[in-house]
Amino acid sequence: MKTLSVDQKLALDAIKPQDEPHIRLDPGKCRACKARPCLQACPAHLYTLSPETGEVTFEHAGCLECGTCLALCPEDLDWSYPAGGFGVQYRHG
Amino acid sequence: MDSDEQKVDLIVVGAGLAGLSCAYEAARSGLSVLLLERGDHPGAKNVSGGRIYIEPVRDLMPAKFWQDAPLERPVTSESLVLMGPSSSVTLVFSSESMRADPPSSYTILRSRFDRWFGEQVEASGAFVVPQAVATGLLRDGDRIAGVRAGEEDLEADVVVAADGALSFLAREAGLAPGLAPAGHALGIKEVIALDPGRIEDRLALAPGQGAARLFLGDLTRSMVGGGFLYSNRDSISLGLVVSLEDLGGRPDDADGSHALLDAFKERPEIRPLVEGGETVEYSAHLIPELPVGGLPSRVTDNLLVVGDAAGLVIYHGITVRGMDLAMASGVLAARACVKAREAGDFSASALSKYDRMLAESFVMRDVERHAAAPGFLARRRLYETYPREICDLLEDLFRVGPDGKERLYPAAWKRVRRTFLSMEGLKDLWAARKL
Ligand SMILES: Cc1cc2nc3c(=O)[nH]c(=O)nc-3n(C[C@H](O)[C@H](O)[C@H](O)COP(=O)(O)OP(=O)(O)OC[C@H]3O[C@@H](n4cnc5c(N)ncnc54)[C@H](O)[C@@H]3O)c2cc1C
Ligand code: SF4
Ligand code: SF4
Repeated sequence: MKTLSVDQKLALDAIKPQDEPHIRLDPGKCRACKARPCLQACPAHLYTLSPETGEVTFEHAGCLECGTCLALCPEDLDWSYPAGGFGVQYRHG
Repeated sequence: MDSDEQKVDLIVVGAGLAGLSCAYEAARSGLSVLLLERGDHPGAKNVSGGRIYIEPVRDLMPAKFWQDAPLERPVTSESLVLMGPSSSVTLVFSSESMRADPPSSYTILRSRFDRWFGEQVEASGAFVVPQAVATGLLRDGDRIAGVRAGEEDLEADVVVAADGALSFLAREAGLAPGLAPAGHALGIKEVIALDPGRIEDRLALAPGQGAARLFLGDLTRSMVGGGFLYSNRDSISLGLVVSLEDLGGRPDDADGSHALLDAFKERPEIRPLVEGGETVEYSAHLIPELPVGGLPSRVTDNLLVVGDAAGLVIYHGITVRGMDLAMASGVLAARACVKAREAGDFSASALSKYDRMLAESFVMRDVERHAAAPGFLARRRLYETYPREICDLLEDLFRVGPDGKERLYPAAWKRVRRTFLSMEGLKDLWAARKL
């Protein structure tokens, strides 16, 4: 069985991306954040460090809406569910 | 909706097992019910391991319910795998009672199950509204008067927050503290399609029967948690659960959490089981663990909290059990609402009949009986030391090297003394007495 990257796994899911991000980072807070747990804990690996700027960047489109980043972020992260009809729609669950 | 005609008796937020059960019971008892679900259909946002224990909730549903429900396989084979870094010990449990008819537990896939359940709820007379996110509570002065869904105000005498682990509504109502890593675990899972014949051969199952396999040790890299494998009709659910506190405490350049599942899947205990299968879904979901200091309050004026939103999950041993508790709490909440409506009183004191019924039911009895489990399970040696030492002990027993074999007893005794009869080992054993 071939090993899939996390992006390949997310591509298997039925996700209806919303244009507007439902999670917004505050660059100032992220810059000051030491632990940055979002980088390694997000199961969809949507938080990454930009190699150019060293800043935390976030891509909302593959979000599984699990709430891990919300629970772990030491700041108060601007996090809400996508609007009805958007986001991940599990077919197995 | 602002006129009184539009007002319903009950708004249930969230069509997981708790909300579906609540809406079903309430509608069958004659209440007007609106069930809001943010997914495209009930189940579209829901994830479990999953194995549902039917016995505690069988009689809460009509007999036909369980006959028709899209259950996957009855669990007739149960095993525990202790994993060292490069070895493992498997304990297989089998018993006549597991083959009893009707079976007492089944594997399920929530998107299928909840979707079907939603159809039963609609047939019972409740309105199920998919793609509807409750964005907050509607207030009339201080009183909770319903919920807001974007621009719309929806009025009801009672709101049931069945909105799952993140429960924003319970927090808004002041019944739960802010979401924090403590008391939560993250579950990550893959569903791997595999034909039924291969599933049965590989897991040594009779046709149609199912297996539950739990894993403890090296796979969680010293974090509190474990792995699971369940056989469905034509797929395997493979996943792991790790403490959110432990996960958050790792360095920011640690391998992503998704890589834990990849490494688990590569283990020789797993790989041959899923070989030739095709991953068809990847999912993640939080699990509220029973809070050490007790449960949050579940009742306030005009509002009740049920299921995961109320923290009603038992994490005993390494199994997660929340589905039957969610169903039972939903049904009991509905019954309390029926009584409240008869009395025309929706105050916390009238609705607290729900709390009393919960206390008298298996839900709180089991929750209290397992109250010591989280404290015990936080002992890291359960994940770090014992699985490895037990594997090593068996390796001493079975291995014959080029120099032949050492005497068994001295090596084994040394290991037992060092690991299990050490101060820490005895402390762990002492702590286990509360289980
Ligand atoms: C990986 C994993 C493995 C598990 N394994 C098992 C197992 O083997 N056995 C077992 O018994 N339990 C297991 N559990 C626990 C079990 O899944 C939960 O306890 C159970 O699903 C709780 O049901 P619920 O209805 O309370 O919550 P959920 O099933 O989470 O339902 C909540 C619902 O509310 C909806 N919702 C949330 N907010 C809103 C809103 N604002 N507006 C509208 N809708 C909203 C969601 O879309 C969802 O449908 C497992 C959990 C996980 C994550
Ligand atoms: S944890 Fe929160 S504040 Fe810190 S980097 Fe991540 S999103 Fe930013
Ligand atoms: S909610 Fe979960 S999947 Fe979405 S960004 Fe946060 S951690 Fe990642």
